[in-house]
Amino acid sequence: MNCDAEKVIYMDNNATTRVAPEVVDVMMPFLTECYGNPSSMHNFGGQVGGAVEKARAQVAELIGADPTEITFTSCGTESDSTAIISALQAFPEKRHVVTTRVEHPAVKHLCENLDRLTGHKHRVTRLQVDSDGTLDLAKYEEALTEDTAIVSVMWANNETGVIFPVEKMAAMAKERGILFHTDAVQAVGKIPITLSELDVDFLSISGHKLHAPKGVGVLYVKRGTPFVPFLSGGHQENGRRGGTENVASIVGLGRACALAQEMMGEENTRVRVLRDRLEEGLLKSIPKSMLNGHKTDRLPNTTNVSFEFVEGEAILLHMNRYNICASSGSACTSGSLEPSHVLRAMGVPFTAAHGSIRFSLSVYNVEEEVDFVLKKMPPIIAELRELSPFWKED
Amino acid sequence: MWEYTEKVQEHFLHPQNVGEVENPSGVGDVGSLACGDALKLTLKIDENERIVDAKFKTFGCASAIASSSALTIMVTGMTVDEAEKVTNDDIAEFLGGLPKEKMHCSVMGREALEAAIADYRGVILPMAEGEVVCECFGVTDFEVIRAIKESNLRSVEEITNFTKAGGGCGKCEDKLRDLLQTTINEIPVVPVQVDGPKKMTTLQKIKKIEEVLEREIKPALKKDGGDIELVDVDGDFVMVSLRGACTSCAKSQTTLKEYVEKKLREQVLDTLIVEEAK
Repeated sequence: MNCDAEKVIYMDNNATTRVAPEVVDVMMPFLTECYGNPSSMHNFGGQVGGAVEKARAQVAELIGADPTEITFTSCGTESDSTAIISALQAFPEKRHVVTTRVEHPAVKHLCENLDRLTGHKHRVTRLQVDSDGTLDLAKYEEALTEDTAIVSVMWANNETGVIFPVEKMAAMAKERGILFHTDAVQAVGKIPITLSELDVDFLSISGHKLHAPKGVGVLYVKRGTPFVPFLSGGHQENGRRGGTENVASIVGLGRACALAQEMMGEENTRVRVLRDRLEEGLLKSIPKSMLNGHKTDRLPNTTNVSFEFVEGEAILLHMNRYNICASSGSACTSGSLEPSHVLRAMGVPFTAAHGSIRFSLSVYNVEEEVDFVLKKMPPIIAELRELSPFWKED
Repeated sequence: MWEYTEKVQEHFLHPQNVGEVENPSGVGDVGSLACGDALKLTLKIDENERIVDAKFKTFGCASAIASSSALTIMVTGMTVDEAEKVTNDDIAEFLGGLPKEKMHCSVMGREALEAAIADYRGVILPMAEGEVVCECFGVTDFEVIRAIKESNLRSVEEITNFTKAGGGCGKCEDKLRDLLQTTINEIPVVPVQVDGPKKMTTLQKIKKIEEVLEREIKPALKKDGGDIELVDVDGDFVMVSLRGACTSCAKSQTTLKEYVEKKLREQVLDTLIVEEAK
């Protein structure tokens, strides 16, 4: 299969990222000659175990944690499920969960199905967000009760990039003896995180969001936090997650974390500048366009812009002609018939929600690409508005 | 990513007949911004009731735009009576097919056409009079029943694909299931082609009966672990032998009369009597 990656202008990094060439390099031996099982007694397998431990240390380093607090999983979704179900099993008498209306489906749908999964009835408080996608901490405080087993709040939103005050929220939960989980798949590697200084009990990472391959994730579990495994089986991962390790991907994720640490500065300077240039350019050159999400409390790589009176899928398919890759929160692309739950929770009007486009950049993007997108977008939107019965030029 | 045919892509990227005709004879305005797609169709109809011009404006995804473009091409040159007979399946077919989740785009085209014709004739559309079943997308029971009948829908998921009903909060799912059940029960089963009754020879009967058994009845019984064999045909008497789970099933006689006999009467000869060979 030839994907012509060189031709593509990839601005969909919150969906998935390019596997860094450095990551591929360190993975290759484990896909070829170093095929031993880390659990084996012989040296051939045992040395592979050493590589897994090195990766564990690299992940821990990026998020300011201890290597013993790192458990490798298959994906962010598994990490999220493990954390939340573990907390509910550790405190079976507590039947309340606090989360938000804008969580990723991995947490959203899990929380909608807790009763079926645990065999108990649970109450779920889903915190509302403001029109800029931010949370009201007073409402959060009110939601915390003696019956609350766990809080699960994403660190950064995948659609808008809006960052929640996780540090503060975790501390508020801790004061009340409530466990705190954060789905940080979009935040890790993009903003500095030091878990040793925070009251976060569980944190989820997904490899493919930070230039590691798909099919590997991490669950951070703070030392001393009660834990019940989700996948029982062998003694791998210290008994926290059965199943033979996905060695090559784990090693790749370790390298990706080290790279992310090196690139964090660039992510928050050069990438942010590119993002801002793109965002300002779009808002300026295209009438009736608006930013979705808080302007500053936001990831440096993400911008979500709505173009009123046109539909997202149609925009994406026109962009596709120029090999520009992005995402939309429109109904036709969400897999359901309604626009993104995140934009609806923020109260974005339908006129705008259906025409929302998310651009998410990475360190691989360059200025010329931003300029190209800025050149192509205004005629695309204008062309579609020509067709739209709601569009009136004024 | 949707799998769109080349025809859909062509009509999406280069839509035909965009705009509004001046002094239209009929206007069809369907859908809304909230629903995520909307279509305004304007028709120019001459004194011979022939559509001489059709133009559209569409807010929606690629398949909505392509369906609109296709619709205007299809109806231009048709008489109003001819245009009235255009179905959503015709629109989808014109485009070489649509992904099943996108069939509602072709339905929107058909609805706009009907609305424009109704506007031209100065009558009120029956679907506007139905009772709203799906509040998220404002779909009436009339529209749902019609889609079930016309496109031979068999599940709530299919209803959603064609009409969008049930695609929002999902609260109307039970209502849709009820509508589906009642509508299916109402649809008369069309006989496959009854060769002149009473003129069939025994051999013809046997052949026909075997055919229906193989095609419909056996697969149905096998689902429950049962089976059936044709033993003999004597005049109108059809002797069969039940096998498998049917032999010990208390309901086997009901199955024989209510299901097997009914099917054979519908599809072979309406005087047949099915009996179990002892």
